[in-house]
Amino acid sequence: MTIDVGRRDAGGPEDGLAVPAATELAGESRIEGRSPWQLAWERLRRDRVAVVSLVVIVLILLLALGAPLVAAAVGHGPDEQFRDIGLTPQGLPKAPSRTFLLGTDDLGRDLLVRIVYGSRISLLVGVVSTLLAVAVGVLVGVVAGYLGGLVDTVLARLIDLVLSVPFLLAGIAIVSISGPSLTVTVVVIAFFAWSSIARIVRGQVLSIREREYVEAARSLGASDWRIMVVDVLPNVLAPVIVYTTLLIPSSIVAESTLSFLGLGVPPPTPTWGGMLDSSLGYYRFAWWYLLFPGLALLVTTLAFNLFGDGVRDAFDPRTDRLFAAESTTAPVDE
Amino acid sequence: MTALLEVTDVRKYFPVGRRRLFGGPSPSLRAVDGVSLEVERGETLGLVGETGCGKSTLARCMTRLHDLTSGRVTFDGTDISTLSRGELRPLRREMQVMFQDPYGSLNPRRRVGSIIGDPFAIHGVAEGEERKRQVQALMELVGLNPEHFNRFPAEFSGGQRQRIGIARALALKPKLVVCDEPVSALDVSIQAQIINLLAELQEQLGLTYVFITHDLSVVRHVSDRIAVMYLGKIVEIADVDGLHEHTRHPYTRALLSAAPSADPDALTGRERVVLRGDLPSPAAPPSGCRFHPRCPKARDRCLTDDPELIPRLDDGPEHRAACHFPLADGELLTLSRPAIDDVAPDLSFDPAAAEEGTTA
Repeated sequence: MTIDVGRRDAGGPEDGLAVPAATELAGESRIEGRSPWQLAWERLRRDRVAVVSLVVIVLILLLALGAPLVAAAVGHGPDEQFRDIGLTPQGLPKAPSRTFLLGTDDLGRDLLVRIVYGSRISLLVGVVSTLLAVAVGVLVGVVAGYLGGLVDTVLARLIDLVLSVPFLLAGIAIVSISGPSLTVTVVVIAFFAWSSIARIVRGQVLSIREREYVEAARSLGASDWRIMVVDVLPNVLAPVIVYTTLLIPSSIVAESTLSFLGLGVPPPTPTWGGMLDSSLGYYRFAWWYLLFPGLALLVTTLAFNLFGDGVRDAFDPRTDRLFAAESTTAPVDE
Repeated sequence: MTALLEVTDVRKYFPVGRRRLFGGPSPSLRAVDGVSLEVERGETLGLVGETGCGKSTLARCMTRLHDLTSGRVTFDGTDISTLSRGELRPLRREMQVMFQDPYGSLNPRRRVGSIIGDPFAIHGVAEGEERKRQVQALMELVGLNPEHFNRFPAEFSGGQRQRIGIARALALKPKLVVCDEPVSALDVSIQAQIINLLAELQEQLGLTYVFITHDLSVVRHVSDRIAVMYLGKIVEIADVDGLHEHTRHPYTRALLSAAPSADPDALTGRERVVLRGDLPSPAAPPSGCRFHPRCPKARDRCLTDDPELIPRLDDGPEHRAACHFPLADGELLTLSRPAIDDVAPDLSFDPAAAEEGTTA
């Protein structure tokens, strides 16, 4: 039981006698029921690694949003080629300097500006394809698990089918037919990601639909849709959220992989995968060209993964090891 | 006036094991196998039997939470056994189910107010403030603090949760409430509170109950009539006094003798019957009378003939038993010896065993 001071949202007249614990505390306070979400948020807030990861993620997000500001501050556009000052006399990329903070690429473009712009593509593809995959996966999983029978058989086999298709081979095939573009990248990644979510959700729903509260809803005359949305969905949301935060970095990596193979978002749009690809011919002369896009990718995926771990721990009280270790060393400021 | 609920020859078989790919009927479990009974308006019908005898399945058939394998259920003059879910919906307001597990029957992720408000939301009865007002009135009716509207089920005790379940079941003022073991998951002290609450509400709201339990003392306290189930069939049905004083079926006698009593004097003169053997599998019920492998009075006829549920001896039409050799008033079951060889229920009436049985 937790006590929130100064919060009230229940209507009706205050009855001090009805809530004896409240009268023992100073005036305004009352015992507040907390949803599992609030409890998870509390746990997440106390997880230092997760908080740091979240801060990093927010910073990356701000950089992505403020990419034009960065470009303006440096004075270099993302696609602007500085063949005169951005390349050595031999036509090779220039090392980091005061003009080009992270150096230039093989066409004399500012690497810093391109990395910042590249984060837009990475985040956009990562988040959009993940959301798309989660939406489809949750829908398929809930419907298959709840309705069961023939619907479930068909959908479960479909999930197995998609899971058994190798991502890269099929991705290469699809992109070479349709031609590379941002939309195709998002769709391809989402297409291969929804099935694992659907499978997880279906498994959860299979057990949830046998619960008595689902039967109670049915006996009240609730429709299948209402039961799926009101009674089943909230109970699968925790694993879905955990999986979503872990799916974002893998989608980012998938986008970079496609771009690296020249199948992602086509140039000259800056992407981290594309930069890594074109840096390969120069890494012996220009270490920065390979290092900085790689670092950007690493930091981003690491932050998302660590944050996802934190979210998972927060939603699953059994993995409380973190707080047990922390409470012995430092007092928790709560 | 016709009975509120009429159940006619209802059967519910569950397929067991894997369905074979090509042909061949799958084996089935006969959870409910030909049950007929009627529930009168305003009465409480107790339904007792061992775990696994099909009580809960019958309850779910009555309310059409299960589809029937065969048979007919008539509620308030409407045959509901073949209605579609959509056609059934308006009737759901009139009949409600209360579940056994006060922990499992409330969605842990939803606030109590919205759980109790569900019936209103589903049937589009009251909205917004009006709904909240009605929900709080219900909470007060069942003895909950209406201020606890915003709490989660996890913050309530078992008894309080069962009150939440009652509030939800009564929200739309149903005619029939099927209580599926509403108190068996609760502490004994709480059981009494909940039972009394149910009795009060029945009086206030004119409810009809079907009360399912395996606890005979509870069922005796709340019921007007009692039906005893064994392996998917009703073996005896009578009003409470008739069942206790003129027990006809050996199984009923055994069941009644196992019930504890607060009055030790009542126990001393009472016959103590300890049934041997286990409940046979409903997937392969015994031939003839289903009770014959465990019955001390079994004769050859019991192996082949399935007894009908009809008045026996000089009972009136309200007292029916399914037994070829019903017990006469005052007949001791423990003096019977089975006349058939292949089944020999080892029954004894030694005081030591009886003692053990009562204390256990």
